[in-house]
Amino acid sequence: MALLSFERKYRVRGGTLLGGDLFDFWVGPFFVGFFGVTTALFAGLGTALIVYAASLGPTWNIWLISIAPPDLRYGLSLAPLREGGFWQIITICAVGSFVSWALREVEICRKLGIGYHVPAAFGVAIFAYVSLVVIRPMLLGAWGFGFPYGIFSHLDWVSNTGYQYLHFHYNPAHMLAVSFFFTTTLALALHGGLVLSAANPAKNPDGTQGEVRSPEYEDAFFRDTIGYSVGTLGIHRLGLFLALSAGFWSAICIIISGPLWTRGWPEWWSWWLNLPIWS
Amino acid sequence: MSGVNTILGVAGLASAMLLGGCEVGPKITQQTGYRGTGGDQIIDVRHMVKASAIPAPPYALPDDSGPRARETYQNVKVLGDVSTERFNHLMASINQWVAPPEQGCNYCHNPNNMASDEKYTKVVARRMLQMTRQINGKWSSHVKATGVTCYTCHRGNAVPAYKWAIAEGVADPNSIVRNKHGQNTPNVSVGYASLPYDPFATYLNGKAQIRVAASSQYPSPGHVVSIKEAEKSYGLMMHMSTALGVNCTYCHNTQSFRSWTISRPQRVTAYYGIRMVRDINGQYIDSLASVFPAYRKGPHGDPYKVNCQTCHQGQSKPLGGISMLAANPTLKAPPMPTAAPEGGAAGKAVPAVLADPQAMTRRQ
Repeated sequence: MALLSFERKYRVRGGTLLGGDLFDFWVGPFFVGFFGVTTALFAGLGTALIVYAASLGPTWNIWLISIAPPDLRYGLSLAPLREGGFWQIITICAVGSFVSWALREVEICRKLGIGYHVPAAFGVAIFAYVSLVVIRPMLLGAWGFGFPYGIFSHLDWVSNTGYQYLHFHYNPAHMLAVSFFFTTTLALALHGGLVLSAANPAKNPDGTQGEVRSPEYEDAFFRDTIGYSVGTLGIHRLGLFLALSAGFWSAICIIISGPLWTRGWPEWWSWWLNLPIWS
Repeated sequence: MSGVNTILGVAGLASAMLLGGCEVGPKITQQTGYRGTGGDQIIDVRHMVKASAIPAPPYALPDDSGPRARETYQNVKVLGDVSTERFNHLMASINQWVAPPEQGCNYCHNPNNMASDEKYTKVVARRMLQMTRQINGKWSSHVKATGVTCYTCHRGNAVPAYKWAIAEGVADPNSIVRNKHGQNTPNVSVGYASLPYDPFATYLNGKAQIRVAASSQYPSPGHVVSIKEAEKSYGLMMHMSTALGVNCTYCHNTQSFRSWTISRPQRVTAYYGIRMVRDINGQYIDSLASVFPAYRKGPHGDPYKVNCQTCHQGQSKPLGGISMLAANPTLKAPPMPTAAPEGGAAGKAVPAVLADPQAMTRRQ
């Protein structure tokens, strides 16, 4: 398999966390590594189990296939395969493959001698998933609190679980998460627009292509507009912060729903009404 | 290092403040839907409404034999076909359930003329007895065999603790100044949400139907529901959840709030409950509008009416689902079942006058 001329520089040995040289190779463009193998095993087994569990279900309609967690009465123990056991094993496979993927990213970072920002960011996404199917079920004492694996059924779960708290928009962590999600898209749109505007300058008066503008032009645009530019590196720090905050507070908003609050979320705000300042 | 300590201190303080608004105690969970649908009740044990003690009968329930109440007493317009002994027993029970202890029988009766209707409370009590029998007879779709007694709502209070009247409103409804249009006010009746906080006049006194979701997925001029109407029905649902101490999934699968086929049977009970409350408010309480004195009425001069909280008081089944009808068969509409008299000690807080209840109602 031919390497591109510059790839020799980056395809260096070492940096692995586990497995030493054994899995330290590439398949086509993909680095394998020990965690590449575990990713493939977990993902393959999990997918196969999803398909098998679906084959035992009532439908092959892609929207309606659902592999549900066990009844609450099973608590934190293993359930029979067809009564939630498949869900439990698929969950183990999912967490295993997601974590393997993150550790494979770590190994690649180590090879390249770069920071761990990407696996750390992916770790927040894994945390959000684990919050739903591991942390919250464990806090509430039953795997049955996890969400089912199905396109429509997991949406029904989200809806019903939200309505367990009467009006989920009053969940303070949900408020933060939603705000961060929207702010992430706002920041990304502003950043993408700004870069494209500098890279696609207006034509010169004589009709020739204008010169691509430097980042100083980008800074100047926002200084002129709002008096401040976060800068070329800063916008990426900001973007990462906004995006990770969105995922983080999403995880928090569901962890606290049930384990730390059981009534309607609007009622939670009565602490504000009860502040000694005016009550 | 002091900077780090300051940060840790602030973070610790902030965490403590955040957790201060939380319920960290043990929880009770109950699955109310197919596994994985998210139909669950999660209840904080320390916040759970405790089952209230049901008062012991004033004395053992007498037989339904002997002279009828209408033969013994004057001006007996309801329960006249009950035996005098049972009639007296019920009067003694009402004394426990409703009348302020310092007034006792005199809360409703003129002690010099027990038959007189001069006190408004006696007229109200008569109507309420008719209502109770109506509930236990006609509305078994909601109250089932458990039924209700005066105590279900009154709980020892002359006026039930939970009631409603038409909300006060604003000085000038046509002005936008200081006019929140009946919403955006953290009101307990709608679970402290911004929803319209007086859903009761619309749904529990009026005949408005909750028909927000359409029967077709397409917009139709035949089914136009405003956002505020939708929110008002949501407000009523918040009230029902709060009153019963349950969440939306106790009755609904939120995939479709409208669909009966995926709802739980509890929704049927609630459906009849709404109609029962309308019957109570419309037929029994509104009819007393001219009887109640002004201080027993709301800001708009309408009598205080019932909602779900009046009976349920935070429990999915009022009084924890314990039926008091067997001990008080007089309150069940005819045909009246006879229950074995409950022997045992009489209630401690019975006024001395109850030792001889006939003395209170004997013809003057």
